[in-house]
Amino acid sequence: MLFTATLPLLLMQQAPAENVDWDAEFGVEEVARDPETGEIPVEPYEQSNANAGATPFDGEAMAAHFGGREGIRRIADRFTDLSFSDPRVAGIFAGHDEVRFRRTIFEQFCYILNAGCDYTGRDMRSSHSGLGSRKADLNAIVENLQQAMREEDVPFAAQNRFLAKLAPMSRDIVER
Amino acid sequence: MIKTIWPPAPAVATLALALIPAPLAAQDTTSTAEEPARAEGFAEYNAKLLLTNAVSTIDGASGGGISNWATIAGRQESRGIGVQAHVTAVLLPDYFYQSHGVALGIADRVELSYARQNFDTQDVGAALGIGQGYVLNQDVFGAKVRLLGDLVYGDPLVPQVSLGVQYKHNLDGAVAAAVGAADDDGVDVTLSATKLFLSHSLLVNAAARLTKANQNGLLGFGSVADDDYSLQFEGAVAYQFSRRFVIGGEFRSKPDNLGLGEDDWFDLFAAYAPTDNITLTAAYADLGSIATFTGQRGAFLQAQVAF
Ligand code: HEM
Repeated sequence: MLFTATLPLLLMQQAPAENVDWDAEFGVEEVARDPETGEIPVEPYEQSNANAGATPFDGEAMAAHFGGREGIRRIADRFTDLSFSDPRVAGIFAGHDEVRFRRTIFEQFCYILNAGCDYTGRDMRSSHSGLGSRKADLNAIVENLQQAMREEDVPFAAQNRFLAKLAPMSRDIVER
Repeated sequence: MIKTIWPPAPAVATLALALIPAPLAAQDTTSTAEEPARAEGFAEYNAKLLLTNAVSTIDGASGGGISNWATIAGRQESRGIGVQAHVTAVLLPDYFYQSHGVALGIADRVELSYARQNFDTQDVGAALGIGQGYVLNQDVFGAKVRLLGDLVYGDPLVPQVSLGVQYKHNLDGAVAAAVGAADDDGVDVTLSATKLFLSHSLLVNAAARLTKANQNGLLGFGSVADDDYSLQFEGAVAYQFSRRFVIGGEFRSKPDNLGLGEDDWFDLFAAYAPTDNITLTAAYADLGSIATFTGQRGAFLQAQVAF
Protein backbone atom coordinates (compact mmCIF):
# COMPACT_ATOMS: atom_id res chain seq x y z
CA MET A 1 0.00 0.00 0.00
CA LEU A 2 2.72 2.40 1.00
CA PHE A 3 4.63 1.26 -2.02
CA THR A 4 1.79 2.17 -4.34
CA ALA A 5 1.57 5.50 -2.60
CA THR A 6 5.23 6.27 -3.26
CA LEU A 7 5.14 4.99 -6.82
CA PRO A 8 3.53 8.15 -8.26
CA LEU A 9 6.16 10.17 -6.39
CA LEU A 10 8.83 8.13 -8.08
CA LEU A 11 7.25 8.62 -11.48
CA MET A 12 6.72 12.35 -11.02
CA GLN A 13 10.33 12.74 -10.09
CA GLN A 14 12.26 14.67 -12.66
CA ALA A 15 15.24 12.59 -13.67
CA PRO A 16 18.52 14.22 -12.67
CA ALA A 17 20.94 15.20 -15.37
CA GLU A 18 23.21 12.35 -16.32
CA ASN A 19 26.42 14.10 -15.48
CA VAL A 20 25.73 15.36 -11.96
CA ASP A 21 28.65 14.84 -9.58
CA TRP A 22 26.70 13.86 -6.49
CA ASP A 23 29.72 13.88 -4.23
CA ALA A 24 30.48 17.47 -5.17
CA GLU A 25 26.78 18.33 -4.88
CA PHE A 26 26.71 17.11 -1.27
CA GLY A 27 30.22 18.15 -0.35
CA VAL A 28 31.42 14.59 0.07
CA GLU A 29 35.15 14.45 0.24
CA GLU A 30 36.96 11.46 -1.09
CA VAL A 31 38.89 9.63 1.60
CA ALA A 32 41.75 7.72 0.13
CA ARG A 33 42.83 4.64 2.02
CA ASP A 34 46.50 3.99 2.21
CA PRO A 35 47.08 1.37 -0.50
CA GLU A 36 49.46 -0.57 1.74
CA THR A 37 47.68 -0.57 5.10
CA GLY A 38 44.13 -0.03 3.89
CA GLU A 39 43.73 2.64 6.56
CA ILE A 40 42.44 6.16 6.31
CA PRO A 41 45.28 8.50 7.30
CA VAL A 42 44.74 10.50 10.50
CA GLU A 43 46.09 13.87 11.60
CA PRO A 44 49.73 13.55 12.67
CA TYR A 45 50.30 12.88 16.36
CA GLU A 46 53.19 11.89 18.58
CA GLN A 47 53.50 8.13 18.91
CA SER A 48 54.19 6.73 22.33
CA ASN A 49 53.27 3.69 24.40
CA ALA A 50 51.98 6.17 26.95
CA ASN A 51 49.05 6.75 24.54
CA ALA A 52 47.79 3.27 25.45
CA GLY A 53 46.46 4.77 28.66
CA ALA A 54 47.70 2.03 31.01
CA THR A 55 50.96 0.51 32.13
CA PRO A 56 51.60 -3.07 31.00
CA PHE A 57 51.40 -6.06 33.34
CA ASP A 58 54.62 -7.47 34.74
CA GLY A 59 55.62 -10.94 33.67
CA GLU A 60 54.12 -13.33 31.15
CA ALA A 61 51.19 -14.76 33.10
CA MET A 62 48.53 -12.42 31.73
CA ALA A 63 49.65 -12.83 28.11
CA ALA A 64 49.53 -16.60 28.63
CA HIS A 65 45.95 -16.41 29.97
CA PHE A 66 45.02 -14.58 26.76
CA GLY A 67 46.60 -17.22 24.54
CA GLY A 68 49.68 -15.19 23.69
CA ARG A 69 49.81 -12.85 20.73
CA GLU A 70 47.69 -15.16 18.58
CA GLY A 71 44.96 -15.32 21.19
CA ILE A 72 45.07 -11.57 21.70
CA ARG A 73 44.78 -11.12 17.91
CA ARG A 74 41.64 -13.27 17.83
CA ILE A 75 40.16 -11.42 20.81
CA ALA A 76 40.91 -8.01 19.28
CA ASP A 77 39.41 -9.12 15.95
CA ARG A 78 36.30 -10.52 17.56
CA PHE A 79 35.93 -7.43 19.74
CA THR A 80 36.21 -5.23 16.65
CA ASP A 81 33.63 -7.29 14.75
CA LEU A 82 31.21 -7.28 17.69
CA SER A 83 31.57 -3.57 18.34
CA PHE A 84 31.22 -2.40 14.74
CA SER A 85 28.09 -4.52 14.32
CA ASP A 86 26.56 -3.79 17.73
CA PRO A 87 23.25 -1.94 17.30
CA ARG A 88 23.70 -0.37 20.74
CA VAL A 89 26.74 1.63 19.63
CA ALA A 90 26.15 1.62 15.86
CA GLY A 91 25.60 5.37 15.83
CA ILE A 92 29.03 5.98 17.34
CA PHE A 93 31.08 3.53 15.30
CA ALA A 94 29.40 4.28 11.96
CA GLY A 95 31.82 5.74 9.48
CA HIS A 96 34.94 5.17 11.56
CA ASP A 97 37.94 3.33 10.21
CA GLU A 98 37.49 -0.31 11.14
CA VAL A 99 40.84 -1.28 9.63
CA ARG A 100 42.73 1.13 11.80
CA PHE A 101 40.67 0.27 14.87
CA ARG A 102 41.36 -3.44 14.41
CA ARG A 103 45.11 -2.78 14.27
CA THR A 104 45.37 -0.23 17.09
CA ILE A 105 43.08 -2.08 19.50
CA PHE A 106 45.21 -5.21 18.99
CA GLU A 107 48.37 -3.21 19.67
CA GLN A 108 46.87 -1.67 22.79
CA PHE A 109 45.70 -5.01 24.21
CA CYS A 110 48.99 -6.68 23.28
CA TYR A 111 51.03 -3.86 24.83
CA ILE A 112 49.04 -3.78 28.10
CA LEU A 113 49.09 -7.58 28.38
CA ASN A 114 52.87 -7.45 27.99
CA ALA A 115 52.85 -9.70 24.95
CA GLY A 116 55.61 -7.82 23.17
CA CYS A 117 53.96 -5.06 21.15
CA ASP A 118 54.23 -1.31 20.97
CA TYR A 119 51.11 0.84 20.80
CA THR A 120 51.21 3.23 17.88
CA GLY A 121 47.69 4.65 18.12
CA ARG A 122 46.40 7.90 19.54
CA ASP A 123 45.74 8.54 23.20
CA MET A 124 42.29 7.73 24.59
CA ARG A 125 41.18 11.31 25.12
CA SER A 126 41.91 12.59 21.63
CA SER A 127 40.68 9.44 19.86
CA HIS A 128 37.35 9.50 21.72
CA SER A 129 36.68 13.20 22.04
CA GLY A 130 33.52 14.30 20.33
CA LEU A 131 32.11 10.77 20.05
CA GLY A 132 29.61 11.61 22.77
CA SER A 133 29.94 8.24 24.46
CA ARG A 134 27.95 7.54 27.59
CA LYS A 135 28.57 5.03 30.33
CA ALA A 136 25.94 2.77 28.79
CA ASP A 137 28.02 2.70 25.59
CA LEU A 138 31.12 1.84 27.59
CA ASN A 139 29.19 -0.98 29.26
CA ALA A 140 28.17 -2.28 25.83
CA ILE A 141 31.82 -2.21 24.73
CA VAL A 142 32.89 -4.01 27.90
CA GLU A 143 30.26 -6.69 27.30
CA ASN A 144 31.62 -7.19 23.77
CA LEU A 145 35.13 -7.53 25.12
CA GLN A 146 33.92 -9.95 27.81
CA GLN A 147 32.28 -12.05 25.12
CA ALA A 148 35.45 -12.06 23.00
CA MET A 149 37.57 -13.05 26.02
CA ARG A 150 35.08 -15.71 27.09
CA GLU A 151 35.14 -17.26 23.63
CA GLU A 152 38.93 -17.56 23.95
CA ASP A 153 38.51 -19.19 27.38
CA VAL A 154 40.30 -16.43 29.27
CA PRO A 155 39.72 -17.20 32.97
CA PHE A 156 37.22 -14.77 34.50
CA ALA A 157 39.63 -13.42 37.13
CA ALA A 158 42.15 -12.65 34.36
CA GLN A 159 39.41 -10.95 32.32
CA ASN A 160 38.71 -8.73 35.30
CA ARG A 161 42.39 -7.97 35.86
CA PHE A 162 42.59 -6.79 32.27
CA LEU A 163 39.37 -4.78 32.59
CA ALA A 164 40.89 -3.18 35.70
CA LYS A 165 43.54 -1.66 33.41
CA LEU A 166 40.89 -0.31 31.03
CA ALA A 167 38.23 0.82 33.50
CA PRO A 168 40.01 4.01 34.63
CA MET A 169 40.11 5.14 30.97
CA SER A 170 36.41 5.98 31.35
CA ARG A 171 37.61 9.40 32.49
CA ASP A 172 38.90 10.05 28.96
CA ILE A 173 36.16 8.21 27.09
CA VAL A 174 32.79 8.86 28.71
CA GLU A 175 31.66 12.33 27.76
CA ARG A 176 28.10 12.58 29.01
CA MET B 1 4.76 19.92 -8.78
CA ILE B 2 8.23 18.77 -7.79
CA LYS B 3 10.38 21.14 -9.76
CA THR B 4 13.62 21.16 -7.85
CA ILE B 5 15.94 18.21 -7.92
CA TRP B 6 15.48 17.85 -4.16
CA PRO B 7 14.76 15.23 -3.06
CA PRO B 8 16.87 13.55 -5.71
CA ALA B 9 15.61 10.37 -7.26
CA PRO B 10 18.07 8.13 -5.42
CA ALA B 11 16.78 9.40 -2.10
CA VAL B 12 13.19 8.74 -3.09
CA ALA B 13 14.15 5.33 -4.36
CA THR B 14 15.80 4.56 -1.04
CA LEU B 15 12.72 5.78 0.74
CA ALA B 16 10.54 3.56 -1.39
CA LEU B 17 12.88 0.67 -0.77
CA ALA B 18 12.72 1.26 2.94
CA LEU B 19 8.95 1.02 2.76
CA ILE B 20 8.99 -2.33 1.01
CA PRO B 21 8.54 -5.18 3.47
CA ALA B 22 11.75 -6.31 5.10
CA PRO B 23 12.72 -9.43 3.08
CA LEU B 24 13.06 -7.42 -0.14
CA ALA B 25 14.87 -4.52 1.43
CA ALA B 26 17.12 -6.79 3.41
CA GLN B 27 18.99 -7.77 0.26
CA ASP B 28 20.20 -4.25 -0.02
CA THR B 29 20.92 -3.38 3.54
CA THR B 30 23.18 -5.40 5.75
CA SER B 31 21.81 -6.14 9.19
CA THR B 32 20.15 -2.83 9.94
CA ALA B 33 17.16 -4.87 11.02
CA GLU B 34 17.70 -4.21 14.73
CA GLU B 35 18.12 -0.50 14.48
CA PRO B 36 19.84 1.34 17.30
CA ALA B 37 18.33 0.81 20.67
CA ARG B 38 20.18 4.10 21.13
CA ALA B 39 17.10 6.06 20.19
CA GLU B 40 16.06 8.86 22.49
CA GLY B 41 14.27 6.27 24.50
CA PHE B 42 12.92 6.44 27.99
CA ALA B 43 14.68 3.22 28.81
CA GLU B 44 17.26 2.03 26.35
CA TYR B 45 18.26 -1.56 27.02
CA ASN B 46 20.08 -3.35 29.78
CA ALA B 47 22.45 -0.42 30.06
CA LYS B 48 24.10 -1.51 33.31
CA LEU B 49 26.61 -4.31 33.57
CA LEU B 50 25.17 -7.51 34.98
CA LEU B 51 24.60 -7.53 38.74
CA THR B 52 25.73 -3.89 39.13
CA ASN B 53 22.17 -2.90 40.07
CA ALA B 54 22.78 -5.18 43.08
CA VAL B 55 19.97 -6.99 44.86
CA SER B 56 17.36 -5.55 47.21
CA THR B 57 17.91 -5.05 50.91
CA ILE B 58 15.11 -5.92 53.29
CA ASP B 59 14.52 -2.14 53.45
CA GLY B 60 13.89 -2.06 49.71
CA ALA B 61 16.97 -0.09 48.68
CA SER B 62 19.46 -1.68 46.30
CA GLY B 63 22.38 -3.30 48.04
CA GLY B 64 23.05 -6.62 49.62
CA GLY B 65 20.37 -8.45 51.52
CA ILE B 66 20.95 -6.62 54.78
CA SER B 67 23.49 -3.88 54.07
CA ASN B 68 22.86 -0.68 52.16
CA TRP B 69 25.13 -0.18 49.13
CA ALA B 70 25.88 2.93 47.08
CA THR B 71 24.36 1.24 44.03
CA ILE B 72 21.29 2.54 42.22
CA ALA B 73 18.43 0.15 41.45
CA GLY B 74 17.37 -0.84 37.94
CA ARG B 75 19.28 -1.66 34.79
CA GLN B 76 19.45 1.83 33.26
CA GLU B 77 22.23 4.38 33.07
CA SER B 78 22.32 8.14 32.58
CA ARG B 79 19.49 8.32 30.06
CA GLY B 80 16.97 5.92 31.50
CA ILE B 81 14.66 5.11 34.34
CA GLY B 82 15.24 1.61 35.63
CA VAL B 83 13.04 -0.37 37.91
CA GLN B 84 13.50 -3.41 40.08
CA ALA B 85 11.04 -5.42 42.12
CA HIS B 86 11.72 -8.13 44.63
CA VAL B 87 10.22 -10.68 46.97
CA THR B 88 12.20 -11.85 49.99
CA ALA B 89 11.60 -14.54 52.55
CA VAL B 90 13.64 -15.34 55.64
CA LEU B 91 12.94 -18.62 57.37
CA LEU B 92 13.98 -18.53 61.02
CA PRO B 93 13.55 -21.04 63.84
CA ASP B 94 10.89 -18.96 65.59
CA TYR B 95 9.74 -16.51 62.95
CA PHE B 96 8.87 -16.15 59.30
CA TYR B 97 9.84 -12.88 57.62
CA GLN B 98 8.57 -11.82 54.23
CA SER B 99 8.98 -8.58 52.34
CA HIS B 100 8.46 -7.26 48.85
CA GLY B 101 9.01 -3.97 47.20
CA VAL B 102 9.97 -1.93 44.19
CA ALA B 103 12.68 0.59 43.48
CA LEU B 104 13.14 3.10 40.68
CA GLY B 105 16.59 4.14 39.51
CA ILE B 106 16.46 7.49 37.77
CA ALA B 107 19.39 8.22 35.44
CA ASP B 108 21.62 6.09 37.66
CA ARG B 109 21.57 9.04 40.04
CA VAL B 110 18.48 8.86 42.24
CA GLU B 111 16.80 5.83 43.68
CA LEU B 112 13.27 5.81 45.10
CA SER B 113 12.19 2.67 46.87
CA TYR B 114 9.32 1.15 48.76
CA ALA B 115 9.18 -2.07 50.70
CA ARG B 116 6.53 -3.76 52.76
CA GLN B 117 7.79 -5.95 55.58
CA ASN B 118 5.69 -8.66 57.21
CA PHE B 119 7.09 -10.41 60.25
CA ASP B 120 5.13 -13.45 61.38
CA THR B 121 5.72 -14.09 65.08
CA GLN B 122 4.26 -17.63 64.90
CA ASP B 123 4.37 -19.28 68.35
CA VAL B 124 6.30 -16.38 69.84
CA GLY B 125 3.20 -14.26 69.36
CA ALA B 126 1.30 -16.46 71.76
CA ALA B 127 4.20 -16.55 74.22
CA LEU B 128 4.42 -12.75 74.22
CA GLY B 129 0.68 -12.45 74.58
CA ILE B 130 0.07 -10.60 71.30
CA GLY B 131 -1.55 -13.62 69.72
CA GLN B 132 -0.51 -16.79 67.93
CA GLY B 133 0.86 -15.93 64.48
CA TYR B 134 0.58 -12.21 65.03
CA VAL B 135 2.19 -10.45 62.06
CA LEU B 136 4.11 -7.22 62.52
CA ASN B 137 3.99 -4.98 59.45
CA GLN B 138 6.03 -2.04 58.32
CA ASP B 139 6.23 0.24 55.28
CA VAL B 140 9.63 1.59 54.29
CA PHE B 141 9.98 4.49 51.85
CA GLY B 142 13.50 5.21 50.72
CA ALA B 143 15.39 7.74 48.65
CA LYS B 144 19.05 7.50 47.76
CA VAL B 145 21.24 9.78 45.69
CA ARG B 146 24.60 8.95 44.17
CA LEU B 147 26.93 11.72 45.25
CA LEU B 148 30.14 10.80 43.50
CA GLY B 149 32.29 8.07 42.07
CA ASP B 150 31.58 5.01 40.03
CA LEU B 151 31.12 1.43 41.16
CA VAL B 152 33.20 0.05 38.26
CA TYR B 153 34.99 2.82 36.36
CA GLY B 154 37.06 5.92 37.04
CA ASP B 155 39.71 6.18 39.70
CA PRO B 156 40.19 2.63 41.02
CA LEU B 157 40.47 3.94 44.56
CA VAL B 158 37.42 6.20 44.52
CA PRO B 159 34.24 4.31 45.38
CA GLN B 160 30.71 5.14 44.38
CA VAL B 161 29.26 7.08 47.29
CA SER B 162 25.55 7.54 47.98
CA LEU B 163 23.49 9.24 50.63
CA GLY B 164 20.12 7.78 51.54
CA VAL B 165 17.13 8.36 53.78
CA GLN B 166 14.50 5.85 54.77
CA TYR B 167 11.20 6.66 56.35
CA LYS B 168 9.90 3.65 58.22
CA HIS B 169 6.32 3.43 59.30
CA ASN B 170 5.50 0.61 61.70
CA LEU B 171 1.87 -0.44 61.31
CA ASP B 172 1.70 -2.11 64.72
CA GLY B 173 2.33 0.84 66.99
CA ALA B 174 0.54 -0.80 69.91
CA VAL B 175 3.01 -3.69 69.98
CA ALA B 176 5.97 -1.30 69.59
CA ALA B 177 4.66 0.74 72.54
CA ALA B 178 4.05 -2.40 74.60
CA VAL B 179 7.70 -3.49 74.25
CA GLY B 180 8.81 -0.01 75.31
CA ALA B 181 9.54 1.75 72.00
CA ALA B 182 9.24 5.52 71.98
CA ASP B 183 7.82 5.79 68.46
CA ASP B 184 6.14 3.88 65.71
CA ASP B 185 7.86 5.72 62.91
CA GLY B 186 11.41 6.70 62.30
CA VAL B 187 13.91 7.97 59.80
CA ASP B 188 17.24 6.31 59.00
CA VAL B 189 20.03 8.15 57.21
CA THR B 190 22.62 6.10 55.34
CA LEU B 191 25.95 6.93 53.73
CA SER B 192 27.38 4.13 51.61
CA ALA B 193 30.60 3.63 49.69
CA THR B 194 30.88 0.71 47.27
CA LYS B 195 33.56 -0.30 44.79
CA LEU B 196 34.17 -3.26 42.51
CA PHE B 197 37.91 -3.84 42.67
CA LEU B 198 38.20 -5.46 39.24
CA SER B 199 41.84 -6.41 39.71
CA HIS B 200 40.71 -8.76 42.49
CA SER B 201 37.14 -9.44 41.28
CA LEU B 202 36.09 -8.17 44.67
CA LEU B 203 33.24 -5.86 45.58
CA VAL B 204 33.61 -4.05 48.88
CA ASN B 205 30.92 -2.02 50.60
CA ALA B 206 30.99 0.06 53.75
CA ALA B 207 28.07 2.05 55.06
CA ALA B 208 27.13 4.09 58.08
CA ARG B 209 23.56 4.39 59.31
CA LEU B 210 22.03 6.82 61.75
CA THR B 211 19.03 5.08 63.23
CA LYS B 212 16.73 4.64 66.20
CA ALA B 213 15.15 1.47 64.82
CA ASN B 214 14.58 -1.58 67.00
CA GLN B 215 14.88 -4.73 64.92
CA ASN B 216 14.89 -2.59 61.82
CA GLY B 217 11.76 -0.76 63.05
CA LEU B 218 9.55 -3.83 63.37
CA LEU B 219 9.69 -3.22 67.13
CA GLY B 220 9.38 0.54 66.78
CA PHE B 221 11.96 3.25 67.28
CA GLY B 222 14.04 4.22 70.30
CA SER B 223 12.85 3.53 73.79
CA VAL B 224 11.54 5.57 76.63
CA ALA B 225 14.98 5.27 78.23
CA ASP B 226 17.06 5.77 75.08
CA ASP B 227 15.54 7.84 72.30
CA ASP B 228 18.75 9.04 70.65
CA TYR B 229 20.05 8.28 67.22
CA SER B 230 22.97 5.89 67.17
CA LEU B 231 25.58 5.41 64.48
CA GLN B 232 25.68 1.87 63.09
CA PHE B 233 27.89 0.21 60.47
CA GLU B 234 27.18 -2.08 57.56
CA GLY B 235 29.67 -3.92 55.45
CA ALA B 236 29.81 -6.37 52.59
CA VAL B 237 32.46 -8.20 50.61
CA ALA B 238 31.62 -10.21 47.50
CA TYR B 239 33.75 -12.20 45.09
CA GLN B 240 32.72 -12.31 41.44
CA PHE B 241 33.07 -15.80 39.99
CA SER B 242 31.54 -14.86 36.67
CA ARG B 243 29.42 -12.09 35.20
CA ARG B 244 26.42 -13.89 36.60
CA PHE B 245 27.55 -15.32 39.89
CA VAL B 246 28.90 -13.84 43.11
CA ILE B 247 29.42 -15.13 46.63
CA GLY B 248 29.82 -12.84 49.60
CA GLY B 249 29.26 -11.99 53.20
CA GLU B 250 27.60 -9.11 55.01
CA PHE B 251 27.50 -7.51 58.40
CA ARG B 252 25.09 -5.03 59.94
CA SER B 253 25.40 -3.63 63.45
CA LYS B 254 22.28 -2.66 65.36
CA PRO B 255 21.47 -0.73 68.50
CA ASP B 256 19.81 -2.33 71.51
CA ASN B 257 17.56 0.52 72.60
CA LEU B 258 15.01 -1.79 74.22
CA GLY B 259 17.53 -3.76 76.27
CA LEU B 260 16.21 -7.01 74.81
CA GLY B 261 19.68 -8.20 73.80
CA GLU B 262 19.27 -7.24 70.12
CA ASP B 263 22.21 -8.62 68.10
CA ASP B 264 24.17 -7.56 65.05
CA TRP B 265 23.34 -9.35 61.82
CA PHE B 266 25.54 -11.46 59.53
CA ASP B 267 24.99 -13.36 56.35
CA LEU B 268 26.77 -15.40 53.71
CA PHE B 269 25.14 -15.07 50.31
CA ALA B 270 25.25 -16.29 46.74
CA ALA B 271 23.62 -14.27 43.98
CA TYR B 272 22.99 -15.56 40.49
CA ALA B 273 21.60 -13.87 37.41
CA PRO B 274 20.04 -16.60 35.20
CA THR B 275 19.04 -13.89 32.71
CA ASP B 276 19.96 -10.22 32.35
CA ASN B 277 16.80 -9.24 34.20
CA ILE B 278 16.52 -11.76 37.02
CA THR B 279 18.65 -12.11 40.12
CA LEU B 280 18.18 -14.96 42.56
CA THR B 281 19.80 -14.70 45.99
CA ALA B 282 20.18 -17.32 48.66
CA ALA B 283 21.87 -16.66 51.96
CA TYR B 284 22.50 -18.12 55.33
CA ALA B 285 21.57 -15.36 57.75
CA ASP B 286 22.37 -15.06 61.42
CA LEU B 287 19.99 -12.54 62.97
CA GLY B 288 20.88 -13.40 66.55
CA SER B 289 18.33 -12.69 69.22
CA ILE B 290 14.93 -11.28 68.24
CA ALA B 291 12.56 -10.26 71.05
CA THR B 292 14.57 -12.40 73.52
CA PHE B 293 14.32 -15.49 71.30
CA THR B 294 17.96 -16.26 70.56
CA GLY B 295 19.68 -18.15 67.77
CA GLN B 296 17.61 -16.86 64.87
CA ARG B 297 19.63 -18.33 62.01
CA GLY B 298 18.15 -19.47 58.77
CA ALA B 299 17.69 -19.18 55.06
CA PHE B 300 17.29 -15.87 53.27
CA LEU B 301 15.81 -16.20 49.79
CA GLN B 302 15.12 -13.50 47.26
CA ALA B 303 13.91 -13.25 43.69
CA GLN B 304 14.34 -9.96 41.89
CA VAL B 305 13.43 -8.72 38.43
CA ALA B 306 14.99 -5.56 37.05
CA PHE B 307 14.74 -3.53 33.86
C1 HEM C 1 38.08 1.35 27.92
C2 HEM C 1 37.40 1.26 26.81
C3 HEM C 1 37.97 1.61 25.44
C4 HEM C 1 39.21 1.38 24.94
C5 HEM C 1 40.39 0.71 25.64
C6 HEM C 1 39.24 1.92 23.59
C7 HEM C 1 40.34 1.88 22.74
C8 HEM C 1 40.40 2.49 21.50
C9 HEM C 1 41.56 2.57 20.66
C10 HEM C 1 42.90 1.96 20.97
C11 HEM C 1 41.22 3.26 19.55
C12 HEM C 1 42.12 3.61 18.37
C13 HEM C 1 42.77 4.96 18.54
C14 HEM C 1 43.42 5.40 17.25
O1 HEM C 1 42.78 5.30 16.18
O2 HEM C 1 44.55 5.89 17.29
C15 HEM C 1 39.83 3.61 19.69
C16 HEM C 1 39.09 4.30 18.74
C17 HEM C 1 37.72 4.39 18.78
N1 HEM C 1 36.89 4.07 19.81
FE1 HEM C 1 37.47 3.29 21.55
N2 HEM C 1 38.01 2.43 23.31
C18 HEM C 1 37.21 2.27 24.41
C19 HEM C 1 35.90 2.65 24.54
C20 HEM C 1 35.13 3.12 23.51
C21 HEM C 1 33.72 3.39 23.61
C22 HEM C 1 32.86 3.27 24.87
C23 HEM C 1 33.32 3.79 22.38
C24 HEM C 1 31.94 4.15 21.93
C25 HEM C 1 30.92 3.36 22.07
C26 HEM C 1 34.48 3.79 21.52
C27 HEM C 1 34.48 4.14 20.19
C28 HEM C 1 35.61 4.32 19.43
C29 HEM C 1 35.59 4.81 18.08
C30 HEM C 1 34.36 5.19 17.27
C31 HEM C 1 36.93 4.87 17.67
C32 HEM C 1 37.46 5.36 16.33
C33 HEM C 1 37.82 6.81 16.44
C34 HEM C 1 38.26 7.37 15.11
O3 HEM C 1 38.12 6.69 14.10
O4 HEM C 1 38.75 8.51 15.10
N3 HEM C 1 35.56 3.37 22.24
N4 HEM C 1 39.34 3.13 20.88
